[in-house]
Amino acid sequence: MKNRKQLAENAVHGVFLLLGLITVGCVLLITVYLIISGIPAIRQIGLFNFLFGREWASTAAEPAFGILPFILTSIYGTVGAIILGVPVGFMTAVYLAKVAPPRVKAAAAHAVSLLAGIPSVVCGLIGMRVLVPGIRALFNVPDGASLLAAIIVLAVMILPSIINVSITALEAVPKEYEEASLALGATPVETYFRVSVPAAKSGIAAAVVLGVGRAVGEAMAVMMVAGNAANMPSLFESVRFLTTAVASEMSYSGGLQRQALFSIALVLFLFIMLINAVLNFFLKRSKEK
Amino acid sequence: MKKFLTLMLTAALALSLLGGCSETKGGTVATDGSTSMEEVIGVLGEAFMAQNDGVTFTYNPTGSGSGITAVQEGRCDIGLSSRSLKDEEKAAGLSETVLAYDGIAIIVNPANPVADLTLDQIAAIFTGEITNWREVGGDDAAIVLIGREAGSGTRDGFESITGTKDACAYRQELTSTGDVITTVSSNADAIGYASLAAVKDSVKALAVGGVTPDEASVKDGSYVVQRPFVLVTKSDTALSETAQQFYDFATSADAAELIAGAGVVAAQ
Repeated sequence: MKNRKQLAENAVHGVFLLLGLITVGCVLLITVYLIISGIPAIRQIGLFNFLFGREWASTAAEPAFGILPFILTSIYGTVGAIILGVPVGFMTAVYLAKVAPPRVKAAAAHAVSLLAGIPSVVCGLIGMRVLVPGIRALFNVPDGASLLAAIIVLAVMILPSIINVSITALEAVPKEYEEASLALGATPVETYFRVSVPAAKSGIAAAVVLGVGRAVGEAMAVMMVAGNAANMPSLFESVRFLTTAVASEMSYSGGLQRQALFSIALVLFLFIMLINAVLNFFLKRSKEK
Repeated sequence: MKKFLTLMLTAALALSLLGGCSETKGGTVATDGSTSMEEVIGVLGEAFMAQNDGVTFTYNPTGSGSGITAVQEGRCDIGLSSRSLKDEEKAAGLSETVLAYDGIAIIVNPANPVADLTLDQIAAIFTGEITNWREVGGDDAAIVLIGREAGSGTRDGFESITGTKDACAYRQELTSTGDVITTVSSNADAIGYASLAAVKDSVKALAVGGVTPDEASVKDGSYVVQRPFVLVTKSDTALSETAQQFYDFATSADAAELIAGAGVVAAQ
């Protein structure tokens, strides 16, 4: 009888192990596949020419495969989204976690999770129909599809992750800290910014890094508003991100062009790995506190 | 009534069985060539395989030049080319059958007063020599060039016809015909190109050298921004039975609808 129980227990353990291994297997498969298919083009083009070449003309008679414009665009676009999105997200989080009356907080929390649930293609569509013509009219440029449009769309898209993670971090600050601060004569606002926020700073940093990760990896919405010409980044120029470079040319590509697209994906993958490592670092630090 | 229905159904089934018998079993059709023809040949190939059980249809997207060489060297049954054969290629024992015409419309916003451009003007606009609509009789506004992504058949077709290969200074490179049309329809200063079949009322298709693009002017060749989709075969060697069957199917009136569905004007 006991043996049978043991057997069932072992079987269940085995099933769990198998399911866990599927996830690990997927990660390994993708990593190995990306490295194997990304390396040949880099070897053929040359790492330096590939990473620091300023020209991308994949189907020209004399093709050029330089992805510096894409790398810089991805970096500028992400930094821009962070500059716009973090102050708004952070202030919203402070308000919702500390100041807002419970009813307002519940309603706002719903709105935030709804924003998180909006598919990126919808964000892109609205950007394409509203933001792009808006930028064109407002700044008097010939065409509104630009880095600026992409930055604004990305800033809106990273808001939910920043707000949610920041709220969690702020709410985890022990009540005693704040009560002590208030008892010492600090005003509530002083308390939030001098006591609560510093105590939650690791969590807030994690929120920012999560936002960075989301912004770097976004393809669909960006492709619809950024114009996709392989220019060096400039605020009102049409630009192409690392993600959109892969997405826009993959369907008809062949030969070295296709291999180079895999190499771009590999570069993107390394970027995301780096961001994840930073995220883990901050999360670990905030847990240790 | 029910009995009659059963009888009819049985008869239909039996007939379809006979029909199945008359089709050839097995066999392959190998095609090789133009990447621009991917969509039209894909549609035809699928329909052909659906009609003929056990037949394998292959398409190798290598480009018009390689497709012509491949059929010459006997590496495929039918070569696919998105240009007419040159005289020396015909002299080398190849013959062509025009499957369809790919008309490419030059589109602008309906609010744009320009209605007619010459081929030279179009080339100058897309290479960035002309940058203001005023220079071609329009309003005083910067021209916004909307194109397709590298590797797109429409882009390849447009650039080779206008002689602007690798020289276009696009403001936006979009990934679908629909995107190009939407973008041009929402920017009064934009100009772009799209497959003729896809053009709707939301944009204005320009006349080129005085000829408005439509099915008739594409077919008779007076609208110049177009190219033929050609099936290339050897003149002296007969096609294999299955390949001949595909050839007959592709050039039949039945296939015309499928071809039109792929966004080009059928030759038949």
